[in-house]
Parts: sequence; structure tokens; C-alpha cells
Amino acid sequence: MSNLLIVLIDGINYAAWLFISAVGLTLIYGVMRVLNVAHASFYSFGCYVAVTLAGYWFSHNYPPHLSFFALFGASFIAGFAIGWILERFLLRYQYAKDEVVILLITYAVFLILDDVLKLIWGVDPYYASDPYELLGTFNIGDMTYPNYYLLMIGSAIVLSLGLTYMLKKTRFGKLLVSVIHDREISSAMGINVGRFFSLTFSFGCALAAIAGGITTPTISVVPGLGVDVIVLSFAVVVTGGLGSLPGTALAAIIMGVVRSFCVHYVPQLELFVIFSVMALVLVFRPRGLFSLAEARKI
Amino acid sequence: MNLSKKLIASIVIGSMMGVAQAQAPAAPAAPAEVKIGIVSFLSGPGAAPFGVPARNTAEMLADAFNNAKAPAPYNVKGFGGMPVKLVVIDEAGSPTNVVTEYRNLVQRDKVDIVIGYVSSGNCLAVAPIAEELKTLTLMYDCGSPRLFEESPKKYVFRAVNHATADSVGAALYIKAIKPTAKTYSGLNQNYAFGQDSWSDFQGAVKMVLPQLQEKTSQMPKLFAGQYSAEISSLLESKSDVIHSSIWGGDMEAFILQAGPRGLFKQSSVILTGGEVSMFRLGTKIPEGTIIGARGPYGVYAPKSALNDWYRSNVIDRYNAPPNLAAYQMAHTIMATKLAFEKALAANGGNKPSSDQIADAMRGMTYEGPGGVHKFNLSNGHQATAEMVYGRVKHVNGQIQLVDQKRFTPDQVMPPDGVKAADWMASKKQ
Repeated sequence: MSNLLIVLIDGINYAAWLFISAVGLTLIYGVMRVLNVAHASFYSFGCYVAVTLAGYWFSHNYPPHLSFFALFGASFIAGFAIGWILERFLLRYQYAKDEVVILLITYAVFLILDDVLKLIWGVDPYYASDPYELLGTFNIGDMTYPNYYLLMIGSAIVLSLGLTYMLKKTRFGKLLVSVIHDREISSAMGINVGRFFSLTFSFGCALAAIAGGITTPTISVVPGLGVDVIVLSFAVVVTGGLGSLPGTALAAIIMGVVRSFCVHYVPQLELFVIFSVMALVLVFRPRGLFSLAEARKI
Repeated sequence: MNLSKKLIASIVIGSMMGVAQAQAPAAPAAPAEVKIGIVSFLSGPGAAPFGVPARNTAEMLADAFNNAKAPAPYNVKGFGGMPVKLVVIDEAGSPTNVVTEYRNLVQRDKVDIVIGYVSSGNCLAVAPIAEELKTLTLMYDCGSPRLFEESPKKYVFRAVNHATADSVGAALYIKAIKPTAKTYSGLNQNYAFGQDSWSDFQGAVKMVLPQLQEKTSQMPKLFAGQYSAEISSLLESKSDVIHSSIWGGDMEAFILQAGPRGLFKQSSVILTGGEVSMFRLGTKIPEGTIIGARGPYGVYAPKSALNDWYRSNVIDRYNAPPNLAAYQMAHTIMATKLAFEKALAANGGNKPSSDQIADAMRGMTYEGPGGVHKFNLSNGHQATAEMVYGRVKHVNGQIQLVDQKRFTPDQVMPPDGVKAADWMASKKQ
């Protein structure tokens, strides 16, 4: 029984990481129909900002437990600011173009930003594991888990609930939903669609960066670490249904748990399992688990 | 009339100058230089642990040689008096791209010698092209024993151990310090090097410690970053020994995630390439972790004047001690310099060809900062060196490697002419 519990905790933990990593991608696609490959670079930016700040924070003996707010906050602000600049000075002029062209533009941005990261931080790895160890551990049977994983799971839940609340209950969210469904009518009704796009893109980039910030204490921050994230995020988002928040959450949970079972019982298959889940889902639901209904214009 | 006179005068004077020029002694030709292509990861996850330290060492040594600042037997200026010029390129990219870049180095940049390659896939892809282009090529880091096992080479050499030494040395070390161990597991990256390393370790265990039972083999993908489930599985296995050839950021993430979960207390974890991150992680590496360096490199290097000179120069220039990749590069360049100078002398002081340098290198014995190495395998193309392992101990906030055991080259590398896998299989008990 405890063995099964361990498998589930490992799965949920990985699912939380997948969700946090992918949610910004699905938000941007849902609102703007932009598949943002530069998501990977924003994740990396979040990691580098967090690891730099953590180094500064702990070397100056600031209150350790406030480091979480500092790390996540700094990552968020960095992601938001760079995302805003990117949207304001580049993407804004591309919306009339085909989705594939915009995808290629974001790919170019990804390549450029990755080099910018190397220019700023070089190629040396950095780590900042103090926050990971700070929260202590808990036990299941004789298995020890860092409480940091609970923070990660909690962050995923808060993000999921917060975004759902924002979209369904707030005025901003309702206006955003109308933009999602029909840009032209929304614009005709007096909604500043351009501003919504700018905010959405910046916020989506900030979510990618905060994912990096949350992950940083558990990893070594190295050049190119975002590449794997964009591949996995893309798999999660496609499986869940492009642009669907609940779809992304469900896909992350399925993939996380299935992967965990694989690691524990058939480790040879771990390499393929996430993409096998994606393929299996797409065979039966080609637009993903929760594809968004689209109004047909006549 | 005036014009005709001027024309005739010009022709006469021009002719005289031409004759004078032709009769003047020729201006001394620019001294021949030795162009060496250095190929190493300068971007991507392999850059910091392997590519950049190796590139740094190459540059430091080239400067030292050109200024005749290296100690004997490397004190001859440049390579036999000829200045050394490095052409450094990035190894990043697909093997196809790496092969294209190799051709560019040889055919466009006209390098005399190529030294490079961290990735086994890249060195296996480049080796046949080196043979085709008849260019002396030394693999400085890649560990695949298949490099010479699949077909003999004429122009390709490796001046350091191959990866079999990692696994056999690790098994011998376990036998020496934990003879009562009963079970083992693995965590290796799911690509060629990770799979080969695990397969080698399985073979080495059957050869050296046949009583050990395998529990689980975890193969996360390269650069996975998240190892929570793998660590749980390894904890559940309660293995006495855990083998891992994981490297770079992946290894650091694994240590950071597994340390607080007590994996290193429960099991003896062997990190075959752990030395590359040792100084950066410091006491984050838990006590008892077994660290390898594919040879007598880094802190395992024997005490010698040459090693002292090498370490102090790298530290002075880059503010960090040289790691195993840096040592491997140092050994490779130094072996090349000695072979070049030997070939130069045999060639009457004229710049030797690739064939002549290869003849000089084949079977050569040389001493580098990591001690004496011999090109005694694969028809004299594969060098061997002793292998060292040790365990981490925290002392005053620093880590030291205690319980060091040194194994002779013939203990950790297969005999000449025998494939590594066949050697390990033949010794099964």
C-alpha cells in the first residue's frame, strides 16, 4: 500500500511540475493562438534569475523563508517584463501573419534568448539548493521526501485555481474569454484587444519564468535546460487540448502518474511513456482531451 | 622623342631592378607553424563540465609551449620550434554537423592535427573521416571502447583510458572497500554513453563481484532534470551499491535531489565522472560518495613537478583547478607534442607528415600531469593509465577524497587485441 502511495506521490509531484511548466504555454495559445516556442527561454530566464537572487539572498543572510517570495517574485517580474517587450516591439506586428510564421518567429526568439542567457551567465552551471533543503522532509514508511515537493504541488494547485477563478469570475477574465472566442466582435464591442494580448503574452511568459523559479532549487541551472521543458510542455498542452486549462491539468496528471508507474515497474519504457500517452490520446481525440469549441463563422 | 627616351629608360631600369631582385638572397620564409584544430563543447550542457575546461587547458598549454615556458620534456618552443596555432570550434550539433565541421577544419582551415570530441557518438562518426582524409586525429575525452574495436585505425589515437576503466575500476573499488555488498542498481542517462556505461558495469560486476545481484536499472532521458521517481525507486531497492555515469547538470541535480532523501546514506553511490563537479558542489556531495575521474586526474593526479606546474598555471589563469576533462586534454596535447618532435627529428628537422607523426606516436610511452601513460592497446593507438577511486569526506567545510585505491592499467583495461566486453565476459566466474 505504501509502495502504491509512493508511486502516486512521485506521479503527482511530476505532474505538478509538468503543469507549472506548461500552463503559460496553454494560456498564450488559448488567447492568442500563438504557439510560443520562446516559452523555453522564459523558463530558463526564470531559473537564472532565481539562482542568481538565491545566491545573493543566502550569502547576505536575509530571512531564509522569505527567499521563496523573492525567488518566485523576481522570476515572475523578469518574465513579465521581457515578455512585454517582446510582444510590444515584435509580435504585435506579426498577428496578421499565419500561425506557422509566428511559431517560427518565436523559435527565432528562443534561439536568440538562449544566446543572450549565455552572454549574461556564461556556460557554467549554477545551483541554489538552500530553499529545497530549508523546508525539511516528511516520511512515508521508510521513504523520505523533501517538503519542497509539497510546495511545488501546492503551487500547481494555487495556479490552477487562481487562473480558473480569474477566467470565470473576474471582469478581466470574462472579457478575456470574449476575446478568446471572437477577437473582431470583442474589438467592435470596445474591448482593447491589443492590450489584452499584451497582458496575456506577458503573463504567460511570467508563468514560464515562475516555473523556472520554482524548479531552480531542485536542479543545476545549465545552458539549454529549457529545451526539454518546451518539448514536454508541448506534449502536455497538445494532449490536454491546445488552450484548455483543465485539459492541461488532466494531461499533466495522467502523464505524471503513468510515468511514475513506468519508472517504478518498467523503467525501460520511461523514455517513451509521455509521448506514448500523447499518441494514444490523439488517436482517439485528435484535438486533445479538452479541445476548445470554436464558433463557426459564416 | 622625349616619351620614347623615358620609355626605354624605364624598361632598362626596370630590367636591372628585376635582375637585381632575382639575384638578391631570398627573404627568410615565415617559420612553419603547426595548426591544431581543437573541437570541444563550447555551448550546451557539456560545455561547463567538459568542453570549456578542456579548451582552457589547450589555450594555456599552447601559450606555454609557444613561449617555451613548460618544463621538460615539454620545454622545446612550440612543437619542435614551430609555433602552435589553435583553431577552436564548438562540438555542439548533430554528428552530421560535427563531421562537416571536421572536414572544414581539415580542408578549409588546413589544420595539421585535430584534437577533440567529448561525445562518443561524435568520435565514432569522425574517426572514419579522419582515416579518409589521412589526418592525425586524437580523441581527448570520448570513452567508447568501440573506437578501435570495430576497425583498426591508422590516423586516430586516444591518449587516455577508455570508459571500460570507469566500470572495472568501480567494481574493483567496491570489492576492496565493501566486500560484503550483495545488491546493486544503476542510474544512467538513456543514450549511448549511459547505456554503454551501465552495460560495462554489469560486465565488470560479473567479472569482479559475481555475488552481486542486480535490483533496478533507472535510465532517465538525457537532461531530464527531475529524478524524484527514480530516487524513490532506488531507495525502495535498498541496494548496497548504486552505479551512475550521469554527468554535468544532470549529475548535480541528482545529487541535490537525492542527498536530502538519504540515498547516499543508504547505499554506496559511485559517480564514475563525479570529479568534474566536485569542486563546484563541494560539501553538497554527501560523505561516502565514491568519485571517479577515468584515470589519475584532478585530485588523483600523482605528485610531480609537471603536475604542480600544470595545476598552478591553470589555477592562475582561470581561477579554478583543472578537472578530469582538462587533464585529458593536457595529456592528449602533450602526447601529440612529443610524437611530433620525435617525428620531426626522424625527418631531419623538416615538418613531419601525419603518417610520420602517427608512426612516432604508435606504442609511445609518455608522462603527463596525470603520470605515465602508454599507447599499448589497439596496435599502439589506445593509451592506458592507472585508475583511481576514492570516497568523499567532509573536512572543515571542504571535501577530501579518502580511502583512495589505485588500480594498474592491466587491471582496468582489456589486454591488447581483446574487446572490452569479451574480456569481461571471459573472466566471469
